[in-house]
Amino acid sequence: MELILDITLLSLLLVTAVYIAWTRDLFAAVMLAGIYGLLSASFFMSMGAVDVAFTEAAVGAGISPLLMLSTLAICGRAQRANPQRAILALISVTVVGLLLISATLEMPAFGSPDAPAHLHVAPRYLTDSMREIGIPNVVTSVLASYRAFDTLGEVVVIFTAGLGVLSLLGLQGETLPRQVQSPMAEPSHLVLRVVGKVLVPPIMLFALYVQFHGEYGPGGGFQAGVIFAVGFILYSLVFGLDAVERIVNRSLVQALAALGVLVYGTVGVLGIVSGRNYLDYSGLAGDSVTGQHLGIIAIELGVGITVAAVMMLVFFVFSAQLVRGRVVQHAS
Amino acid sequence: MLLSALYNYWVVVLLMMTGLYMVIAQGNLIKKIIGLNVFQTSVFIFYISVGKVTGGSAPILSQLATVYSNPLPHVLILTAIVVGIATTALALALVLRIRQSYGSVEEQDILTRDSQC
Amino acid sequence: MLTHLPILQVILPLVAAPSCLFLQKSRLSWAFTLLVSLAAFVVSALLLQQVMSEGSIRYSLGGWDAPWGIEYRIDVLNAWVLFIVTGVSTAVIAAARASVESELGASRQTIFYTLYLLCFSGLLGIVATGDVFNVFVFLEISSLSTYALIAMGRDRRALWSAFQYLVLGTIGATFILIGIGFLYMMTGTLNMLDLAERLPAVESSTAVLAAFAFILVGICLKLALFPLHLWLPNAYSSAPSIVTAFLAATATKVALYLLVRFTVTVFGIDFSLSALPLQSLFILLGLAGVFVGSAVAIYQSNIKRMFAYSSVAQIGYMIVGIGISTVAGLQATLLHLFNHALMKAALFLALAGLVLRAGGCALEDFRGLGRRMPWTMGAIAVAGASLVGMPLTAGFISKWHLIAAAIDSGFWILALLIVAGSLLSAVYVWRLIDAAYLQGPDKSLPEQGRNEAPLGILIPTWGLVLANLYFGVETSLPVTVTQAASAYLLGGAP
Repeated sequence: MELILDITLLSLLLVTAVYIAWTRDLFAAVMLAGIYGLLSASFFMSMGAVDVAFTEAAVGAGISPLLMLSTLAICGRAQRANPQRAILALISVTVVGLLLISATLEMPAFGSPDAPAHLHVAPRYLTDSMREIGIPNVVTSVLASYRAFDTLGEVVVIFTAGLGVLSLLGLQGETLPRQVQSPMAEPSHLVLRVVGKVLVPPIMLFALYVQFHGEYGPGGGFQAGVIFAVGFILYSLVFGLDAVERIVNRSLVQALAALGVLVYGTVGVLGIVSGRNYLDYSGLAGDSVTGQHLGIIAIELGVGITVAAVMMLVFFVFSAQLVRGRVVQHAS
Repeated sequence: MLLSALYNYWVVVLLMMTGLYMVIAQGNLIKKIIGLNVFQTSVFIFYISVGKVTGGSAPILSQLATVYSNPLPHVLILTAIVVGIATTALALALVLRIRQSYGSVEEQDILTRDSQC
Repeated sequence: MLTHLPILQVILPLVAAPSCLFLQKSRLSWAFTLLVSLAAFVVSALLLQQVMSEGSIRYSLGGWDAPWGIEYRIDVLNAWVLFIVTGVSTAVIAAARASVESELGASRQTIFYTLYLLCFSGLLGIVATGDVFNVFVFLEISSLSTYALIAMGRDRRALWSAFQYLVLGTIGATFILIGIGFLYMMTGTLNMLDLAERLPAVESSTAVLAAFAFILVGICLKLALFPLHLWLPNAYSSAPSIVTAFLAATATKVALYLLVRFTVTVFGIDFSLSALPLQSLFILLGLAGVFVGSAVAIYQSNIKRMFAYSSVAQIGYMIVGIGISTVAGLQATLLHLFNHALMKAALFLALAGLVLRAGGCALEDFRGLGRRMPWTMGAIAVAGASLVGMPLTAGFISKWHLIAAAIDSGFWILALLIVAGSLLSAVYVWRLIDAAYLQGPDKSLPEQGRNEAPLGILIPTWGLVLANLYFGVETSLPVTVTQAASAYLLGGAP
């Protein structure tokens, strides 16, 4: 059964990837890329990687297609063929591919429990994390404590991308007249408005659940941040951008993005203040397990704040571009 | 034996190469970014396959399971997914600006317009 | 506090970056960035001193011992690179204010300094860490901020260069990620020292060989090693002047550090040299870089672009040094790492001053420059002499060590080719001297009076120029440190 599922998912992935490469309709390519994300999320699920599946579904089938569609709306969906580069590309890809295939020949068999990867570092996480950190989701333990510094880096990457997008596009939309800010809203669609309004509160509630339940089940700051942002994005799709900006303006979102990183960084410094190493939460409370627990909750909060803020920032900036494009079209 | 042990990795290699092919061969910048996405996602699939243990359940400790899949590749890929979307967002923002200042998102047009002036 | 120095080195700019965003005034964010960079420089100097006297330092992040947690591991090699990066960054940012004010709009300056700090901390994080996946994470911090910084350049080419670099850089980083995945699969660990211990047992497998190849190609893309250098001239010539000065002096150095770290520490020099014909490959590609880079540089009329191609050539020399693969050869590479950072930072800062006053840096802008901007042109002349490798400049010392290392290993032809390469660089530097001092000002333009760059740019530039002269005579610091680093890496000494 597992084998059939595995083979089905892999062949679907392959068909999707080849079709994306082949089609010249960018709209189809973006939608299929979303499907590719969803398929790989399913694959991760079947591999037992629930946290990764959750994240990939949110990113690969959610945020990423959303941003690409906004870009397409401005740049157009037609793509030109470039036959002259195909042969060069085919040759280099074949060389790299053959190198990779030959590398796989001496790899440990797929799923084998005796593979070196399962024998050296990972066993400690499975056997000792309950005693050392005290939470059942091992992925959260590793992500937020054993390898917390990688996760700090991850938050900084998101922050950097947000700032990069802001520096590229952010300072153009502000010169627009206020009244043309919301052509995205479709006031006539009553069904959309009602459904949108009904959906937003449960989405926010779910985000909070994912944020604080990440230690016991799949989820955590990143996923929660994305879901939280999606709540606002949905609202702005239905009611217009300025309806959202009345609640959260751009400079507030920008400040929150920086704040999340600062929260994470400061929790790390508290480790030094408590006489231990950077990002060591053991000294934050009386006993080390409670300290770990507290530290993880605090840094996950930092992750959630930055991720939600950056996602909203990026979406606002991209939609402002869309508005700007339409204004320019009207003018000409 | 070899086939059943390694077919997974071979498919992943094919996926990676499809993505990489798009990045190199396509002149449309958005298509390049989609290719980059497919390439990266395929590397994620490789990592997660490495973490698979036959019969293992998701690495959330409980009384019901004794064998778990390896949590470390999961953690690494969570980070890598986030890096991937960050890169995509920045790349798309660049594409929008390129479209504004060159009037096109096709590599050919951009190169000719740059050589004209 | 001294035990926390390794993490302070990185965390200081990393936490400073989001704080910088709250400073609304652009002058304030400039002063703040300068202060942070200076503090990081002090930390790196303390670290270097500590490592030289007491040996390597290990620091477990989160209190988890390696290989379960991530550790920072500072030895002579990365202490040296940290020292170079923070030192150059301080000089560059000290000169940044006037140039950034004129090249960027007022509203983008705070974002500029924030991105600069992010890039700075990303580079430091790559150098300080002892964990291969952590390298990937910090590589992406520095890369993403670099793309955004390049795209802030004044004309639209900056956008296109940033996009090209983004695509190549992401392919490179993903290659490194594939390599790390293979390594993890074969050994079960991500810690560099642990990998070095466990790799010999599996080193005959094709998976390890493929991991080596992918990591190598990935790093060489970032390093802009010939023939993977095509992104570099575009990126350097269209980025804001200060960004070019910073990247030219630091980013390629960090990539070179990674190359040394992976080939020597992680895979082990014996494996690296036997697995692939690395020795001949590095010497050939290095020499090709030297000659192609220098030859193309001669024909450039945009001087930023000319010095960018010259960087491709200088990277070639450093790769040749690794290719010789003796203690002396590696030492020459590490020396040139330092000296090249000094000369390129000085040259690009001087160009920033020129762009500020003349509005561009084409060869025509150099006509009569010796009279209009004597100090700026003087800096270019001295740093240019160092680039060529004239005696009494820092550039001479590293070329000398490189030639001596080549002769020591019996590569006579190589030594001659290195000298020939230097002659090529003399040609393009001479074109500038000729235009600035020997040709009169353009008659068709109205007579221009003396219009020197502001002191804010001149002082840091001349600080670097004097360092070029100082380290051309008094070489004890770089020679002792690089000797220790090279012997430590290849000889197994503590």
